[in-house]
Amino acid sequence: MIRIEAPPVLEVRDLQTWFDTERGLVRSVDGVSFSARPGETVAIVGESGSGKSVTSLSVMRLIAAPAGKIMGGSILFRGRDGGLRDLVTADAATMRTLRGNEISMIFQEPMTSLNPVYPVGDQIAEAIALHRNLGRKQAWAEAVRMLELVGIPASATRAKDYPHQMSGGMRQRVMIAMALACRPLLLIADEPTTALDVTIQAQILELMRQAQREMGMAILFITHNLGVVAEMADRVVVMYGGRVVESGPIDQVFRTPLHPYTRGLMASVPGSPFRFRDARGRLRLQAIPGNVPDPRHLPPGCAFASRCADATDACTAAMPVLEAVAADHQVRCLRWKELLP
Amino acid sequence: MNAPLLDVRDLTTTFPVGSNLLGRPKAKVHAVDQVSFSVARGEMVGLVGESGSGKTTVGRSILRLTQPTSGAVSFDGTDILSLKPSAFQAYRRRMQLIFQDPFASLDPRKNIEGIIAEPLSIHRLLPRAQWRDRIAELLGMVGLTPEAMKRYPHEFSGGQRQRIGIARALAVKPDFIVADEPVSALDVSIQAQVLNLLQDLQADLGLTMLFISHDLAVVEHACDRIVVMYMGRIMETANTADLYANPRHPYTRALLSAVPSLDLDRRREKIILKGDIPSPINPPSGCVFRTRCPHATEICARERPVLAEASPGHAVACLRAGEI
Repeated sequence: MIRIEAPPVLEVRDLQTWFDTERGLVRSVDGVSFSARPGETVAIVGESGSGKSVTSLSVMRLIAAPAGKIMGGSILFRGRDGGLRDLVTADAATMRTLRGNEISMIFQEPMTSLNPVYPVGDQIAEAIALHRNLGRKQAWAEAVRMLELVGIPASATRAKDYPHQMSGGMRQRVMIAMALACRPLLLIADEPTTALDVTIQAQILELMRQAQREMGMAILFITHNLGVVAEMADRVVVMYGGRVVESGPIDQVFRTPLHPYTRGLMASVPGSPFRFRDARGRLRLQAIPGNVPDPRHLPPGCAFASRCADATDACTAAMPVLEAVAADHQVRCLRWKELLP
Repeated sequence: MNAPLLDVRDLTTTFPVGSNLLGRPKAKVHAVDQVSFSVARGEMVGLVGESGSGKTTVGRSILRLTQPTSGAVSFDGTDILSLKPSAFQAYRRRMQLIFQDPFASLDPRKNIEGIIAEPLSIHRLLPRAQWRDRIAELLGMVGLTPEAMKRYPHEFSGGQRQRIGIARALAVKPDFIVADEPVSALDVSIQAQVLNLLQDLQADLGLTMLFISHDLAVVEHACDRIVVMYMGRIMETANTADLYANPRHPYTRALLSAVPSLDLDRRREKIILKGDIPSPINPPSGCVFRTRCPHATEICARERPVLAEASPGHAVACLRAGEI
């Protein structure tokens, strides 16, 4: 249940995260804003190079210095004590107390995020002991309870397993148990089911929904999969070339997508309701021509213009602003009104 | 309908696992277990399954890239598994493979001309003087310009590399293509381009295709008929529209309901399977799906279901298919 009256737990404003690479400056995230309330799932969706993962890593302050740096904007996080902190300027000690405690994160490949030489129970107990000030025994008992909560059978025995003894789905459950062990206010999930089979993906998504119902945390869900967005998100933020091109409640954005990129993306998905039949009577996808832009060489103006069937000279001349079209629904397109279906 | 181009009968491929003191394998994994299906000329058949279902091994066994243990594969009326390597060479030209990973399947040290010329050189279909024109023609067919010839794989995006892989497969004028997860590594907007391209090429060149994928939405879109595999066995096979409208096997039903749908009105009606895919070293007795099946009874542990026709063109391997 989203608590509408509650103030946002996370409010990202005009975030800019840039990377200084050998081949030039990359503005991976360039002026991104969104917020998430307690109990709400906000999905950031985009293709490779859109800046969706860099956005989530910025919130965790896991941008690798010196190449990467948050150049501007703010990341306001409302902690358990009710106080508002800007994570962009928070010191390292503050971030350490927040990470894994009030904000946790799960990644695509659980094998690379778990330590291969310790049993999984120890790894969860370590986080619990660190943040919740419990003794070894109590922390272990709590770890076993968390494993049971995420649906691992015979959790007391499986807690002694090493990561390599578990399947991909089980490892992702362990990661979720670890992420939820300190009852975070914000869970960041970066492609958490992308490496999993579809029947296992369904299990993990159900588990995340259930955990959110029970604990009421906000979830920031990073994915390229529009079907997963449709199932999980209350609100969606569509990114392209480091910028938000459209954002709003899922029911508005997915039923009446306004940005040509959002529409194109939805029509690209096999099984999409936006497919059409060609002259031979075959189902065809509405492919977006061209390639995903290289974030190192973004064109001036709208980054999508070169692939957009409706682009005019004005689109390449200047960057369109993110315009409010309804309460909470925004689109960055000069021509959205003319292009209304 | 005329005789199928490809007919696979009781195909079984096992792999040895572990080794004892004498270096002999301790056990065998049945990666593919008595699989039978056929592909008609001009048909696009989708082979779907999750990890460990054996779908890739079926594709590789048909092309003899992996040696099957038993069974028969007949291509255009010839049993190709019993052919000597020299006699098989002619069939290898007619059966080509498109790989999943466009980054790993192109030699980084060769330019595009060299990559596409390689099959031409192996199969000696054309005088060398005509290679360049043929390569330009192939690049045009997959939507690239002849300028691409002098460039190297790293200069291309994932979608463009996949187009180059397709051009290479088409270079020797095959009639049959195994496409193993051809769009799985691509961004959504690029995936649609490559799917549309494969459909066009299939229709224009009259290709027959076995399309291997874990993605049910992709095969539904691209294929005429679907074969659903689980742990090395076929669970169900039917025409695409029939399978998606009336799935009969409990596994197919769960699999279809697990696919996240873009349709907001279809959210949340899910059949969520319990547990993991069992270890293939020690598969369940009887029906391999019974450990996760919501309808399994004790007979499912005793008897192995055979693939039987439930309605014309629609076959199911489930003992209880009639009741549920």
